[in-house]
Amino acid sequence: MTIPMAILFFSFHTVPFLQGVFYSFTNWKGYGRWKFVGFSNYIHIFKDSDVGNAYLFTFFFATLATILVNVLSLLIALCLNANIKFKNGLKAIFFLPYMLGNVIIGFIFNFIFANLLPPIGKSLGIPALSVNILGTDNAWIGVLFVTVWQSLAFNTLIYLSGLQTVNQDLYEAADLDGASSWKRFSSITFPLIAPFFTINMVLCIKSFLMVFDQIMVMTNGGPGSATTSISVLIFKRGFQGAQFAYQSADAVLLFVIVAVLSFLQLFVLQKREDKVL
Amino acid sequence: MTDSSYLLINTKAKEKVSWPITIFLIVIAIIFIFFPLYLTVVIALKDPSDMVNVCALPKKIKFQNFVDAWNITEYPRKFANTFLITVLALILTIITNSMVGFAIGRNQKKSRLFNFLYYYFISALFIPFNVIMLPLVKEASAVHIDNILGITFLYIVFGLPMNTLLYTGYIKSIPKELDEAATIDGANTWQLFFKVIFPTMGPINATVVILTVMWTWNDFLMPLVLLSKPEQQTLQLSQYVFQGQFSTNYNLAFASYLMVLLPVLIVYVFCQKWITAGITNGAIKQ
Repeated sequence: MTIPMAILFFSFHTVPFLQGVFYSFTNWKGYGRWKFVGFSNYIHIFKDSDVGNAYLFTFFFATLATILVNVLSLLIALCLNANIKFKNGLKAIFFLPYMLGNVIIGFIFNFIFANLLPPIGKSLGIPALSVNILGTDNAWIGVLFVTVWQSLAFNTLIYLSGLQTVNQDLYEAADLDGASSWKRFSSITFPLIAPFFTINMVLCIKSFLMVFDQIMVMTNGGPGSATTSISVLIFKRGFQGAQFAYQSADAVLLFVIVAVLSFLQLFVLQKREDKVL
Repeated sequence: MTDSSYLLINTKAKEKVSWPITIFLIVIAIIFIFFPLYLTVVIALKDPSDMVNVCALPKKIKFQNFVDAWNITEYPRKFANTFLITVLALILTIITNSMVGFAIGRNQKKSRLFNFLYYYFISALFIPFNVIMLPLVKEASAVHIDNILGITFLYIVFGLPMNTLLYTGYIKSIPKELDEAATIDGANTWQLFFKVIFPTMGPINATVVILTVMWTWNDFLMPLVLLSKPEQQTLQLSQYVFQGQFSTNYNLAFASYLMVLLPVLIVYVFCQKWITAGITNGAIKQ
């Protein structure tokens, strides 16, 4: 069973990957004739302001989303792990967003941003909130909000399962030593859940660099190209813009970035884990 | 302070419920999670003339929205498509990927081939779908798998990297003596796997079930690039495609959204404990 599966995987995952790499050195439009053009696609990418802007936006977005998601989900997990009432019920509610599809959630928040927030913004006298945020230069905030909203659920659960592995006796010892709650968190809790921090960071960076669904649904990359992420650019230009080979080069570059970042993260974060444990 | 008095204080502290944190969490949940869902339900039940005060309860409940949305989006067909993809992908993923995990987990140390395959699959985790998307669509249309069964097949194959990681990790925690005992009793490899090993894989199967179902049911990008014919669309994709027609009638649109969300919400209400436990298990095993 393993060998047939490996062959299928090779045919439908590795072959397209290698084809992508192959075509990135050609000038194929997705149809018709093609010839080798060496590295010219790659050189062109670095001069192309559309691509440059898409990368800048994607990095900016992924960094902010990763920080926000990790800080907030750790906070919610700490709260859920405290001695609270309705613990299981609240845990279930905070995990619910994970179950709901990106497309529908995007549409629901589209409505909220377009029809509910502007009147509230007007009555509060905040100009930035008085218009549909998705139609302005601040559209990224709307997309970021929805992305964070959905990603929190999964990361919170991972942190929560990490917190539950922490031995409670350690806190009792810390209490005896008179440690403050911040001290308890920074010297006991956080080092002990370091492996969970690693999982979350790697998953976050990877998925946010790929951000696609929310943008297609909420802004379609606009206004103008203000929220065009690199995945959206590859999709739009690769399929509709006759830039098959050129966007393949773009995709290969994206792969290199994701792979390098993930390995770096794993390496740095695991070293840190080793040091504290 | 003696030991016993310390224990006493400590058990008291454990029993004390932290109301500020409880209230904080409830408020956050109401504003950010309940409110959007409440809004969806309310708007789905309203008449367009009743939209002046959006958040208020409907003056008259209008179920016609659901009937219209049902017909316009061809809900039964899209539901059947999505359901077929999810169930087929799930069953075949569980059977094939667990076998791969078993074979790799048991042979990784002995065989260089299996060790290579392990790292081959795991390293594919770093290749995002967007990277292979353009050539894959060409290949898929060339071999005619740009349809429901084809996409199901691709889900099964593309799940391998993640599931190999999960299954192999779990298999290593099952004692090898179990295999040896079964082999001595005369079981061949298939019997060993299906009668002895597979029944012990419950917890990790739960994780794979949840991840696979949530992925295939809610996926947007793969149907978007692979399923071009209207009669093949999934629920998520059909919402995206019909968005243009909804633009003037929010009530119709929200009725349609709600119908897409409902199956997941119902399953979640009944299986919530099992789902969160499944995800948690997977995370700890990694």
